Amino acid sequence: MWLGNYDSSQVLHRLIRVLTLGDYNTRVVMFGTVMLGLAGGVVGVFLLLRKRSLLADAVGHAALPGVAATFIILMQLGGNPRSLPLLMLGALVSGLLGMGCVLFITRTTRLTQDAALGIILSVFFGFGIVLLGIIQRMRGAPAAGLNSFIYGRTASMLLSDAVLIGTAALVIIGLTLLLFKEFRLFTFDSPFAAGDGWPVTFLDALLMALAVGVTIIGLQAVGIILIIAILVIPPAAARFWTNKLGLLVFLSAMFGALGSYLGTSISAILPRMPAGAAIVVSQGAFFLVSLLFGSERGLIQELIARNRQKRKILRQNLLRALYEFEEQYGTGNIGANQEGQWDYLNDARQWQRGSLYRGLKSLKKQGRVLFTPRGYWKLTPSGRSEAARVTRNHRLWEVYLLEFAAIAPAHVDQGADQIEHVLGDEMVAELEKLLPRFGTPLPESFHPLGSLEEKP
Amino acid sequence: MENQSQKNQSSQEKSLPALHIRDLTVAYQRKPVLWDVDLDVPAGVVAGIVGPNGAGKSTLIKAILNLVNHTTGKVEIFGKPYRLQRQLVGYVPQRESVDWDYPINAVELVAMGLYRQIGWFRPVGSKHRELALKALEEVGMADYAHRQISRLSGGQQQRIFLARALVQNAQVYFMDEPFAGVDAATEKAIMAILQRLREQGKTVFVVHHDLETVREYFDYLIMLNMRVVAAGAVQSVFTPENLRRTYGGRLTLLDRAVDAMGRRL
Amino acid sequence: MIWSALMWTSLDTWIVLAAVLAGVTCGLIGSFLVLKKISMMGDAISHAVLPGIALAFLLTGSRSGLPLLIGAGLVGILTSVLVQVLHQHTRLEEGASMGVVFTVLFALGLIMIEQAARNVDIHPEHVLFGAVELVPLRMVELWGFDIPQGVIVLSGVLLFNLILVLVFFKEFRLVTFDPALATTLGIPATALHYVLMIMVSITTVAAFEVVGSVLVVAMLIVPGSIAWLLTQRLSSFLLVSTGVAGVSAVLGHVAAITIPGFFGYTDTSTAGSMAVVLGVFFFLAMVIAPDQGLFARLVKKINRGFAVHTQDVLGLLARSAERSTGSEDVLPLADGGLSARNLAAIQGSPFAGRRFLLFIVLRCMQFGKLLVFREGRYKATEQGLRRGQEVLRSHRLWETYFHDDCQVDPKELHYQADVLEHYTDAKLRKDLASGLDEPINDPQGRPIPDEPE
Repeated sequence: MWLGNYDSSQVLHRLIRVLTLGDYNTRVVMFGTVMLGLAGGVVGVFLLLRKRSLLADAVGHAALPGVAATFIILMQLGGNPRSLPLLMLGALVSGLLGMGCVLFITRTTRLTQDAALGIILSVFFGFGIVLLGIIQRMRGAPAAGLNSFIYGRTASMLLSDAVLIGTAALVIIGLTLLLFKEFRLFTFDSPFAAGDGWPVTFLDALLMALAVGVTIIGLQAVGIILIIAILVIPPAAARFWTNKLGLLVFLSAMFGALGSYLGTSISAILPRMPAGAAIVVSQGAFFLVSLLFGSERGLIQELIARNRQKRKILRQNLLRALYEFEEQYGTGNIGANQEGQWDYLNDARQWQRGSLYRGLKSLKKQGRVLFTPRGYWKLTPSGRSEAARVTRNHRLWEVYLLEFAAIAPAHVDQGADQIEHVLGDEMVAELEKLLPRFGTPLPESFHPLGSLEEKP
Repeated sequence: MENQSQKNQSSQEKSLPALHIRDLTVAYQRKPVLWDVDLDVPAGVVAGIVGPNGAGKSTLIKAILNLVNHTTGKVEIFGKPYRLQRQLVGYVPQRESVDWDYPINAVELVAMGLYRQIGWFRPVGSKHRELALKALEEVGMADYAHRQISRLSGGQQQRIFLARALVQNAQVYFMDEPFAGVDAATEKAIMAILQRLREQGKTVFVVHHDLETVREYFDYLIMLNMRVVAAGAVQSVFTPENLRRTYGGRLTLLDRAVDAMGRRL
Repeated sequence: MIWSALMWTSLDTWIVLAAVLAGVTCGLIGSFLVLKKISMMGDAISHAVLPGIALAFLLTGSRSGLPLLIGAGLVGILTSVLVQVLHQHTRLEEGASMGVVFTVLFALGLIMIEQAARNVDIHPEHVLFGAVELVPLRMVELWGFDIPQGVIVLSGVLLFNLILVLVFFKEFRLVTFDPALATTLGIPATALHYVLMIMVSITTVAAFEVVGSVLVVAMLIVPGSIAWLLTQRLSSFLLVSTGVAGVSAVLGHVAAITIPGFFGYTDTSTAGSMAVVLGVFFFLAMVIAPDQGLFARLVKKINRGFAVHTQDVLGLLARSAERSTGSEDVLPLADGGLSARNLAAIQGSPFAGRRFLLFIVLRCMQFGKLLVFREGRYKATEQGLRRGQEVLRSHRLWETYFHDDCQVDPKELHYQADVLEHYTDAKLRKDLASGLDEPINDPQGRPIPDEPE
């Protein structure tokens, strides 16, 4: 609706200029934000693994009074109140002070870190708002620039600012990569690292310092409230694609940089589009895509895997039911019991008619069962050996639970059902060793499926 | 050459106690957890550390390795303070102490044992990865070298923890409950490793809580309940009398005094 | 001086009323967040409702009203469900899950507001940091009175929350203190959790006009945290929490219009100074909290040290009395009295080189009628002597205990007993003695004094 106010060809022209970095201003801003995205992605991985994401959030919020106080002091001293390096210094001091307060509160009171974070971030932020309120009512104060520290605005970014951000980002990335091995060690197993003689407290402080560094250099472009996003979203998104730490860092950096590029472009093309919010939403889009389609724990993939597992369990249970049916009534005179078979299968587990049929059909497709002309289901030779294996695993597991877990027989069937389907060969071999008297012959089941109803 | 000097060093060390502790006291919030521990453990033994829950078994190991604050007393490894002898010490923390969802595979985890040797900033090389693979082979986990650690069973996780300690190539090992919740295969693998370490003349300390296996696994025993109740060769120390003193009896009196200390804070 | 800077108008009355209502509502609901240790969930929700606010505003054009509250409730549930799903199904750490959800939703809301601001009267600053100054400008007539709309909405939400809390008081108490027990008793902990999330959301939205959607976090979490430090019981917890929130709302506004004047500025944001006042209150609570406060702990530490030193002196005097009556003559002292110099010089005295400490301790003990000072020597009074005997008895019982029970090196017996003697009461002494078969002498052969009458 808001696009309607603009000439569409004008927008297109602008789009091309922005995406190709056609004008100087876009180039400067783009350089700054992309470097920021890279740094956030790299450091964020270790912050995520150290489970310290929200501490960075508190540090970000706690930076506001520092920025505002520096602004006021510079005003009073007659300096340039919008000098980015000095404002960043102020942010750094109050951010670190806030972090110190969080640690102090958690150490000396009964409050959890969770509450300490909430207290510090809101109280410091409130103090920042108080100072900001004063600035806004000061005569002749160029207060507008300060708002960018809250929402993130890139329009005011100068070349010197971008160079400052870029340099700092490079230093942060460089240090993180240089300490890749050390960070991996202490974020995974800090007791071992400490026992091995590594200065764990120092490494922890250094990682936090790097995260604070990203927070500070990102304040102008992304803003205080959202700065945590560039440290959290890219690594969280990358986690859906890999289990390798090196790749994780690389992907996270890419998501960070691409999100920044996209967000900055959108904010440059569309009017009234705060850059920080646009960057966060772009990175959020990467996250959503990763969450859905990721190759590690992605929701869709998990769903497929779970479904496959469910079908496999259904097939195995059917095979076992058929096997136990044959055990009970023999394979020869089965024809006389074709009505009985269907009832048997139905009673065995209260299967839905549909899923029972689907399961049998897919077993037939695998060549495990036959539908005889006389109208009953029969195991093929391959089906019978598979069914024997499944039944055997089931009973082994059942016996194991009975013998070693001291579970009442009535519950055994349920417990065994969950795990028997995922028993590996190794595990089965171990069970056999553990239960020597059930060596080669199939163990007797404690209650065949059909008799389940009779149990109280 | 290097090997030679190492051998010389270790023969010298033989005469010294592997672990020498005097007046070690650990207090959380002023409440003592370990109370005035004195120990002298000879080199070349596999020593079990047993005691009831809350007896300070893990704390003893952590205090030796300087991992807990508020520790007073003296700890020496082969006659020198621990901080000078770190390179001689290997550590296997409790399995629960780490996040097994961490993005890392078995061989990378084992290679962590070499980080100290590799030093600051330098990356892990192929040479190091080979050493790690060899250690994995020793614990029977070579087939799982490139598997993500979250996809390993509890026993397998324990075994790669052990492999990581093995590549540290230490003289003295401290293992925190390596037998807790492991399967039969792992138990056997751990026993084999302990045996081999003993043959190599290493000293191993194992926090343990299954009294039935004490005689089988260890040749030295430290019975702990806030203080050392008894320490020495298993045959002479592992007696009903000592067990009673470690696991029950008048200890509650000390507990009560220590409780009062905590309350008065 | 304050009153000269304070130019109170009827506008201020409405502002303060709105602020107090917002504070009390937030304090009430926030208490449960703090108790359930999910404070940051309040932070996440208060950020995440921004798109809900923006959407409702775009659709209805009003800052308050029922659609806004309903929208907020929905977004609040959405946020908590999303965080939960991310955390449980993808094993993403809870903090990070919140970080992802609330930042993205907040960013979306920010964009919507920025876009809308071209057409309608809404300022991001007002939504984020509150515009309590604008509350009295939007009056509605109700029963013949002109009342600000914001005040009506806040009163409604407060009433709603209050009713829910009162009706489900028992359930909330159980769920916050022991969710596992609650579930076994058949109380639907999950449902109550989401009820709480809804209350947080609509409270946030109702309060955003006053304190803004960021600073509402202070109102939610700080009062509850203060109550956590000061009280134990849920009912007093809620009273402290809401009381503190209400008071700081008043003080916050007063501070906002007066304090900048001292520095030559005009005034500043009421919402911001409410947060700061809460911060100050929190700091005070940290210092003065009973039992666990910094001050209480300092006092306790001094007390404890003092009790230990008193017992040390009495123990030394008891030993000396023993020597002067018994056969051993280590120090040639008549009637067990010791000079200050003796007390510091005795082997193993904790006062060696700490004469000033000893001086203070002795003075206080004189004052407490445990000692008398005669002819240059300190002598225990009857009461002092009794307590000295208790210390000595504890000490020697412990020495016996350690000697009998764990073959402690005789040279080190003293060190352990020296610490424990200060923490041994009559009952423990009795049990120790009976556990050790009523010993008469300690391992060094010195008599263990009888328990004094």
